Amino acid sequence: MPWLGKVNGVIAVSKLSKRRTNKALVVHIRMELCNCIEPPWPADELLMKYQYISDFFIALAYFSIPLELIYFVKKSAVFPYRWVLVQFGAFIVLCGATHLINLWTFTMHTRTVAVVMTTAKILTAVVSCATALMLVHIIPDLLSVKTRELFLKNKAAELDREMGLIRTQEETGRHVRMLTHEIRSTLDRHTILKTTLVELGRTLGLEECALWMPTRSGLELQLSYTLRHQNPVGFTVPIQLPVINQVFNTSRAVKISPNSPVARLRPVGKYMPGEVVAVRVPLLHLNNFQIHDWPELSTKRYALMVLMLPSDSARQWHVHELELVEVVADQVAVALSHAAILEESMRARDLLMEQNVALDLARREAETAVRARNDFLAVMNHEMRTPMHAIIALSSLLQETELMPEQRLMVETILKSSNLLATLINDVLDLSRLEDGSLQLEMGTFSLHSLFREALNLIKPIASVKRLYVTLSMSPDLPEYAVGDEKRLMQVLLNVVGNAVKFTKEGGISIAAFVAKSDSLRDPRAPEFFPIPSDNHFYLRIEVKDTGSGINPQDIPKLFMKFVQSQPLAAKNSGGSGLGLAICKRFVNLMEGHIWIESEGIGRGATAIFIVKLGIPGRLNESKLQFVHKVPGNQVKPNFSGLKVVVMDDNSVGRMVTKGLLVHLGCDVLAVASGEDCVRAVSQEHKVVFLDVSIPGVDSFEVAVRIHEKFSKRPDRPIIVALTGNTDRTTKENCLRVGMKGVILKPVSLDKMRNVLSDLLEHGYLSESQMTITGHEVVKMTCSEDEVVRMLLVHAQEYKLGL
Amino acid sequence: MEVDQLQRNFLEYTNLLFREGFLDGQFSQLQLLQDESNPDFVFEVVSLFFEDSERLLNDLTIALDQQNVDFKKIDAHVHQLKGSSSSIGAQRVKNTCIAFRDVCLEQNAEGCLRCLQQVKQEYLLVKTKLEALLRVRVPHLFSLEQQIVAAGGAIPMLNDFC
Repeated sequence: MPWLGKVNGVIAVSKLSKRRTNKALVVHIRMELCNCIEPPWPADELLMKYQYISDFFIALAYFSIPLELIYFVKKSAVFPYRWVLVQFGAFIVLCGATHLINLWTFTMHTRTVAVVMTTAKILTAVVSCATALMLVHIIPDLLSVKTRELFLKNKAAELDREMGLIRTQEETGRHVRMLTHEIRSTLDRHTILKTTLVELGRTLGLEECALWMPTRSGLELQLSYTLRHQNPVGFTVPIQLPVINQVFNTSRAVKISPNSPVARLRPVGKYMPGEVVAVRVPLLHLNNFQIHDWPELSTKRYALMVLMLPSDSARQWHVHELELVEVVADQVAVALSHAAILEESMRARDLLMEQNVALDLARREAETAVRARNDFLAVMNHEMRTPMHAIIALSSLLQETELMPEQRLMVETILKSSNLLATLINDVLDLSRLEDGSLQLEMGTFSLHSLFREALNLIKPIASVKRLYVTLSMSPDLPEYAVGDEKRLMQVLLNVVGNAVKFTKEGGISIAAFVAKSDSLRDPRAPEFFPIPSDNHFYLRIEVKDTGSGINPQDIPKLFMKFVQSQPLAAKNSGGSGLGLAICKRFVNLMEGHIWIESEGIGRGATAIFIVKLGIPGRLNESKLQFVHKVPGNQVKPNFSGLKVVVMDDNSVGRMVTKGLLVHLGCDVLAVASGEDCVRAVSQEHKVVFLDVSIPGVDSFEVAVRIHEKFSKRPDRPIIVALTGNTDRTTKENCLRVGMKGVILKPVSLDKMRNVLSDLLEHGYLSESQMTITGHEVVKMTCSEDEVVRMLLVHAQEYKLGL
Repeated sequence: MEVDQLQRNFLEYTNLLFREGFLDGQFSQLQLLQDESNPDFVFEVVSLFFEDSERLLNDLTIALDQQNVDFKKIDAHVHQLKGSSSSIGAQRVKNTCIAFRDVCLEQNAEGCLRCLQQVKQEYLLVKTKLEALLRVRVPHLFSLEQQIVAAGGAIPMLNDFC
């Protein structure tokens, strides 16, 4: 025991008997002497060696663990519990230190080592307790971190799933929008449907897609469109199949069996057919769209869309796909209805255009026809009347000569027939002009009194021949002048009066004229005649009463119809064609009036009443050149005595005649033969200058101009009037252009000259009626010569034939 | 003769002339112009007409005899004649003149000659009639008018009997 060192043996020798105690004591003493500590147990060498080695390794491990920890933690960058680490590190390091220090205690070691060892142990104890305490808090946390991690992982997986779903839906939506866009971008029905099928097929990856449309009868569904294969056209199924009803009854897409008739679209093969879905497509009709309502959704017409997934793909219909199909079906319905509406409106427009064209053509044809007829009439008018009148005139003249009785009879027949013909021609020509509205009234101012007087004058001879009386009574409130178509009014009056005379064998005619007041205006039988009294017009009512043969009240409506002869008796003898009253009615209507006949029956006479609307002169806006009434020849002569006038005419006879006329009227006449003399001779005292403008080679207009120049500064220069043998438009225009106040057609009658002078002095110009006369004025007539002549001749004939 | 008878004869004759177309309404106008202040008006006018017409007819004959016929001048003459005859109421002469003017426009010398012949004829006819009606150049024949006046009656006008 070398190490026992230097122990003093003094003490030891004494206690040898008590070996152990002595030994212990020895050791103790030894230790006390060298300040050493004895190990508690005996130093067995092998065991000691193993302990020594284990301690060494433990220390090693204990020191390397924190190093590893630190290394890995540093690497991970995320470790929330640094404190714990430090603590744990400290604890481990201290434990390691303890075991390390323990290595020294296997042999004799100094006190210092023991102290260090004890300190280390104490420290270790403290730290480990602290750590243990800390861990109590931390370990649950750590565990919970783990659970949270798991939770988050789950959540992430879920979100992924949902994301996938949303994406799918968004894609679906995109498909739908694109589909809709495609469908709605066209208004052609076929394109819409074709596009639908194609796009659906593409979007959903279908094998087959088909559309069944209802037939016109509505009893069957016809296969109209398919995606891939041209199935036989006209392939139909009855609409009452249960599967179809099932689909039609819901707005959702319905899965149907691949074996149903509507789904048997592919040739049956060895493949397992894919799932089939069918959806209804409402076909909205134009009628469904009311203005203010939404379309009726309970429409009964549907088409059927069938979609088939690829066979053998084991694909299933997903909900979002079904939704897509439903949405598309609705869109298709709307698009189809729009297309239908557009089709309708285009069709209507085409129809209208066609009709327009046809109407236009018809109108043009009608116009051509009317024009042709008018041309024809215009020609016939002249061509037919001329020979007619020649025949009538010559036959009349022939009648006046010496004839044998048979000859006379023949001539009379000729005359009668030709009168009939002339009347007929006139009536027809008049009526057709009246009918197509080309006849216009020639308005003018005229004297009512003179109108009636003339009519009376014309009818009196004939009436007196038949020994009938004619009376005229005019109410005092009748205006003196009226504005209207004098000629036609006279025609109507003559016609009515003539009829009265014709159908009266004894007694007479009484004519009454008065202004119609409101109560007498209306005829209960003509409710559409609404006379409107006004300030500028009045209604003239004329009643012609006869004591003749009367008319059957039933026949009265037919009287005014064309070509209808009411009485068989009259038919034999009448010279008329039955158009007279029809024409009268037309004229009266043109004058905004009304005509009718009253009769109490056969043998009780008849009264013809007509009302016409006439203007009141002076209140109407009349043209500058007014129609002054014709002064009848037997009135008192206006006094022209001393009126100085000049007459220029190179024809000596004409000059003399004109001069004579004027002299007879009391004028002081200077007659010259040439324009030169005229200009020289005209003085301020002369009031009127008559220039003959029809001299060939002499420009009388220049004379007029020179005369005007001569008196250009005087206000009361002489009035210049032209005398001419022809009044054509150019002559008239020329005269008026150079400032002549009127044009008179030669030869001039006395009356005419008188009237002309009155006019000139009164107005300073000539009225229309003075400016044009046609031919000779032997008989003063304001109505058509034809009418009067015809009537006179007819009646004369009738009388002669003993009626 | 009795005035009435004379008047009736006068009227009938005038009537005849009217009917035959020799005279027209213008002649009646002339008769109207004859009154106390102008008792010979008709005679004067008619005489003037005769003078004028004979001169014109002469001129026309000469003009148409020329080698180069001056149609303008002929037209002027015919126009004059037309005017005169129209003023007096010699209807047939006037109508013939109208036809003459048309032919003249065509510059048809042959036609003109024919027309001239016609006019001359008509003129002579109307001259005879008028002379019979009015005073006659030959003094020993009295016109109806003169006779009526001599018998103290008034010349009846055609209008009175209408």
